[in-house]
Amino acid sequence: MALAPAPSTGRFARTSHVARKELAQAVAKGVFGAMAAAMVLPLLLIVGYLVWLAWPSLALEFVLDVPRRGMTDGGIWPAFVGTLYLVGLSLVVSTPIGVLAAVYLNEYARDNWFNRVVHLAVINLAGVPSIVHALFGLGAFVYAARFGYSILSAALTLAIMTLPVIIASTREALASVPMAFREACWNVGATRWQTIQAVVLPNSISGILTGVILQVSRAAGETAPVMFTGAVFFKVVERGDLFPYALKDQCMALSMHLYTLATQVPNVKESLPYATAVVLLGSVLLVNASAIALRVFLRGRKRW
Amino acid sequence: MSAAFVKRIEVQELRLAYDSKEVLHGISFDVYRNEILAVIGPAQSGKSSMLRCLNRTTDFTASARMSGTVRVDGEDVRRTKDVFALRRKIGMVAPLPVGLPLTIYDNVAFAPRCSGLTRRAELDAIVERCLRQAALWDEVKDRLTSLGTALSGGQQQRLTIARALSHQPEILCLDEFSIAIDPVTTMRIEDVLKELRREMTILLVTNLTQQARRLSDRTMFLWDGEIVELDRSDVIFSGSPKSQRTRDYVSGVFG
Repeated sequence: MALAPAPSTGRFARTSHVARKELAQAVAKGVFGAMAAAMVLPLLLIVGYLVWLAWPSLALEFVLDVPRRGMTDGGIWPAFVGTLYLVGLSLVVSTPIGVLAAVYLNEYARDNWFNRVVHLAVINLAGVPSIVHALFGLGAFVYAARFGYSILSAALTLAIMTLPVIIASTREALASVPMAFREACWNVGATRWQTIQAVVLPNSISGILTGVILQVSRAAGETAPVMFTGAVFFKVVERGDLFPYALKDQCMALSMHLYTLATQVPNVKESLPYATAVVLLGSVLLVNASAIALRVFLRGRKRW
Repeated sequence: MSAAFVKRIEVQELRLAYDSKEVLHGISFDVYRNEILAVIGPAQSGKSSMLRCLNRTTDFTASARMSGTVRVDGEDVRRTKDVFALRRKIGMVAPLPVGLPLTIYDNVAFAPRCSGLTRRAELDAIVERCLRQAALWDEVKDRLTSLGTALSGGQQQRLTIARALSHQPEILCLDEFSIAIDPVTTMRIEDVLKELRREMTILLVTNLTQQARRLSDRTMFLWDGEIVELDRSDVIFSGSPKSQRTRDYVSGVFG
């Protein structure tokens, strides 16, 4: 009596369930992949379109030259350097305050009502629209503090605007350092500050810096806050002059200049607003890229 | 124990609660100079929480509420002016190995530096002594500048022990120090512990009842936040413990 052959539908047979499973897998991968690709497409389109239209004006000379013929020709130097001033000054103010506040909130603060209020305030401040920050800056710095329409007022307004985000990103960076490291330090009698110095800050500095640098691009792009507090339509500046403005001066800014060219000035050379946009976008992308590079560099030295 | 039962740690009616959940229900015991006191008991019995009360690292858990008194060398830990000195007096080895993200050298030199020591020669001596005591020196002496976090789990555990010895503690608390360490290395560290008890008082929390039996002078059996029994180890392990639960636990009937 011969044994019956083993049934052919063994463990690895392709049943209809397997086929369905594989189809679902393929569809999921395709859809998610398409969404990821869709993220890149608009960026490429925007950059490509801008560069295409801006091409006739794009040259180093465009950045270094001043606007000419009633802003219908020439370059953007006063606006470029103005934006550098505004962003630089605002970060000089907001970075130390934001980082130190975040260290306090994350490392020292106990879970009580006061710190919950602070936490809530930070979150809500981050959600305030920039036009509201602009009006606040106008009231607080231009009028109440009597700084007038000036770089100082505009930079402080930008600082207030970037502060909550810097606090939030710094806290996140600090929180990514495992609690076990702190406890190990405390167990050998280290104070909180010794622990922060030796272990917490060295291992969160890349995240902290990245968070700060990303605020550069945000501050550079905002129009409303500077328009209300210190940026002006036009300002006479020497070509290539690195120090054209004083603190109490008004200044030009890239974002506002772009708005002006696009809506306020008649008969502008067609490529001019696009070239301005390319410079603004290019500087922002450059800054973001440097943030990523810094992150990669510091993560290479990451210690666990 | 010739030095005649000098009390180093006195614990009276110690209660500890996290929020409304009480994990230590009023325990009292003493630890004497130069003894090794083993603490055995199942998970969640409050062993680690008890250690945290001794060096007041309960401070770092916002929900922790402590009552009763804990005295270390007569000083009430809840009233001490210098909690950092208290923590330096007690070496604490946590159950999970933690290599700090510093070099091996800096891991061990961290605590001495925190207390103000800066002279390189002294630090070198401390680092070598502690790493030797933790049975790690031979493995790492040629790469003291590589990262403590790059060591294997068992090596990191021994690094943790070296760090706990680095601030010259007078009391050493080991919380399941051997879970990531192989038996041979464990024996080497146990030999060191036997040496160290001449100059230190040692609290040994362990899940290995055999380890408690090998090393300790006295053993405490902790169960659900209460001391079931605390007696000489020969009584607990080979004599006749008073409690049936202790007898069952150490003889492997359960647990």
